[in-house]
Amino acid sequence: MRLTINGKEHVVNDVAEDTPLLWVLRDHVGLVGAKYGCGVAQCGACTVHLNGAPVRSCSIPVTAAVGQQVTTVEGLAGKDGKLNAVQAAWIEHDVAQCGYCQAGQIMQATALLKSNPKPTDADIDAAMAGNLCRCGTYTRIRKAIHAAAAKLSGEMVSQN
Amino acid sequence: MTAIESSILSADAYVQDLLRAAEAQSAIGTFSRRTFLKVTGLVGSGLVLAFYVGEEGVALANAKAKDFAPNAFLRVSPDGTITLFSKAPEIGQGIMTAFPMIIAEELDADWAHVKVEQAAINPAVYGRQSAGGSRSIPVSWDQLRRAGAVGRAMLVSAAAKQWNVSEAECTTENSTVYHKGSKRKATYASLATAAASLPVPDEKSLKLKTRAEYKLLGKRIGGVDNHAIVTGKPLFGIDQVLPGMQYAVFVKCPAVGGKVAEANLDEIRKLPGVTQAFVLEGTGKPTEVMPGVAILAKSTWAAFSARQKLQVKWDESAASKDSWTAYVEQAKKLASQSGPDSIRNTGDVDKVFAESKPVEAFYTYPFIAHAPLEPQNTTASFKDGAIEIWSPTQTPEAGVKLVADVLGIAPEKVTLHQTRVGGGFGRRLMNDYMCEAAAIAKQAGVPVKLQWTREDDMHHDFYRVGGFHSFKGGLDKTGKLIAWQDHFITFTQDGQRPTSGGDLSADEFPAQLLPNARLTQTKLPLKIPTGPWRAPRSCSIAFATQSFLHECAVAAKRDHLDFLLEVMGEPRWLQQGNEFALNTGRAAAVIKLAAEKAGWGKQLPKGRGMGLAFHFSHAGHFAEVAEVSVDENRKLTVHRVVVAGDIGPIINMSGAENQTEGAVVDGFSAAMGQQIDFENGRIVQNNFDAYPILRIANAPKVEAHFIQSDFTPTGVGEPALPPVAPAIANAIFAATGHRVRSMPFTSEGYTI
Repeated sequence: MRLTINGKEHVVNDVAEDTPLLWVLRDHVGLVGAKYGCGVAQCGACTVHLNGAPVRSCSIPVTAAVGQQVTTVEGLAGKDGKLNAVQAAWIEHDVAQCGYCQAGQIMQATALLKSNPKPTDADIDAAMAGNLCRCGTYTRIRKAIHAAAAKLSGEMVSQN
Repeated sequence: MTAIESSILSADAYVQDLLRAAEAQSAIGTFSRRTFLKVTGLVGSGLVLAFYVGEEGVALANAKAKDFAPNAFLRVSPDGTITLFSKAPEIGQGIMTAFPMIIAEELDADWAHVKVEQAAINPAVYGRQSAGGSRSIPVSWDQLRRAGAVGRAMLVSAAAKQWNVSEAECTTENSTVYHKGSKRKATYASLATAAASLPVPDEKSLKLKTRAEYKLLGKRIGGVDNHAIVTGKPLFGIDQVLPGMQYAVFVKCPAVGGKVAEANLDEIRKLPGVTQAFVLEGTGKPTEVMPGVAILAKSTWAAFSARQKLQVKWDESAASKDSWTAYVEQAKKLASQSGPDSIRNTGDVDKVFAESKPVEAFYTYPFIAHAPLEPQNTTASFKDGAIEIWSPTQTPEAGVKLVADVLGIAPEKVTLHQTRVGGGFGRRLMNDYMCEAAAIAKQAGVPVKLQWTREDDMHHDFYRVGGFHSFKGGLDKTGKLIAWQDHFITFTQDGQRPTSGGDLSADEFPAQLLPNARLTQTKLPLKIPTGPWRAPRSCSIAFATQSFLHECAVAAKRDHLDFLLEVMGEPRWLQQGNEFALNTGRAAAVIKLAAEKAGWGKQLPKGRGMGLAFHFSHAGHFAEVAEVSVDENRKLTVHRVVVAGDIGPIINMSGAENQTEGAVVDGFSAAMGQQIDFENGRIVQNNFDAYPILRIANAPKVEAHFIQSDFTPTGVGEPALPPVAPAIANAIFAATGHRVRSMPFTSEGYTI
């Protein structure tokens, strides 16, 4: 099976076709940023991008990712290691407590800002509704998303 | 009693011991027996400070650098690196940032260039290494401050010798020693080797900084693992991989106490990817290894898939038949009586109740699960009579002992690597999953990663125990609260003492402050394991006591704030000098602060209300005011929660605020919708669809305010949580006139 993950080709063998993408990433490819939390698309800890759109990797079979662009949290930073605006905002606002859900939160938030560069609180609530944080860092998640949005719009203005 | 039944009982006793150890307060305010040890003979390693621990310490000091380094507290290298070792598990409480901050403050290290590493698990060197009871900060405060101060003193001494000036004339800042008179300065890096050759000063002779002198403590400092978290690095237990590792699941009886009678193992072994399948008899203790079936496979998914085909016939002759609905019925019948156990009986409550009609109410709260987001897991490799383990535990030192017991090997043969922990909340004080992984690895003969499913995690927890309170409150003619009666209905495993986390203290607020108080107790027999859940006892009891106190204020036609302050009375310590005892002055101060910041007493529109609650637990005084609105369909919105706390000086303001914000969300989350039901010994809920964790849209705004006193700093992971549920329930009453007397609030028709 050939997979394109973070722009790189991976060949994985000996994988049952019904294996969720999550477990192929974690056990076969060695990318463990996406986390297992519930296995039934209830918590969002396993969120990755499929062609730029957020999906729950615990609940889609790996076969659905063949021929598609898969992006995980490990692939968000630039080649020079520069973090994307969401990752940077997460650090700036010291969002994480245990940190277990945060890769999923960051993937979801990154996708949100791509489709909606200036989200309101209500937009954030709707987009982030599928991502649980057991530690309750929601206040900071919201702040960090607004901060990342402001930073991205600033960069757009300076580029224009 | 069958063997398995007595094993279940001893497991509860073990959990009670863990809780007692977690909440031990002996080390507060006193420095431990250990003294500092400089490590010599490490060529080029600079100054390394550790602890002297008798003969073992000497042996450590003479060991080679690579052997010793993991046991260090701080290391100042000639290349400029300052490495600080955090000795306790990071479970999301921020200790891996807070601990090094304390050392760095006294060391005067430049935080921007400090590197933090998880210390090796070695209690002989580090002392307490667990995370629980909000005790990490108070118990380690002096130890860590002195570690930093000793290091600083030796670096200053090295500089003073080089410059031939007195140590008293030298100052330090940002990893540099200064001598103002001669305008000289030297970096710690340049002094590290010289400092390493000096004798270690007596730590008791060193003057520690006063709060006014802090440069780092009290600031907002980001978590040291933040970069690794946002880039998906393998920090957690679940992320560990060993060469040649197999992936294991372990299937236990859904009702605790069941044994494997038969299983279709031959069929399972033929499934794709499956490498082994076997029955473990276990030790029969829920805290260790219960009987079950282990399936090992080449991948997690192969193991998960195989378990779907597993058919086990369980022998449930000694298993739990517990039923929550039956307990509720029993408790309701007992509500009008007193309990057989007397917990406190002071003054004469009957006289007060005879003189004026008492306020009466019956409160209920359910069992709940911990549900940390990282399901239980452990990676283990057993070879040549020794085991090496990677585990997300809250109690590594207890884990080492328990694994040694379970495997029948010496504790020295157990090497435990502490991983980051994807949420603790008290669940991982117990190391059952660690013992299971160890037993499976030993039997399998290959390195193993045991992975629980979410369903395993929800079905095999040590639950926060449910309970019932039948209250009576007595008022005098002026509307002052003068009598308090509580028939507490709880659970017991052994028939003797309440199950872990289900005990009511004779000094429970507010009985201890009133002239007439009677606390009695009934214990219903239970087999399902229970254990500490974030702020054990307080997380549930505060809902009942602080809500009923408000009921008494309403009955007295008094303002809740005045009524609560009157109960506190004169500022005093209930146990003089014990910082783990209620101080009514500190209590009154946080109550007043929360009320002031929330705008207590202001006019609110119809359907909107404010509620107040206070609770003292884990050495923290916390008062909270919730502002809510409720519509005609009982749809609840919590707009904001104002929190005022006194936990002494704050170590990391960002961490303290984050914990407080999280505690409000967690407290609301549990109060609103969480309940574990069980029938015939089986847990009903399977996953988050039936066990709702609060989502972002419903998270209230949180305002955290801290009174920074000069008391010993204490923990903030737990004490901010207990007042949340009663503050919201009291606000619901203020908004609607409806009194919520049971958790979860969904059971009274509320939605969010």
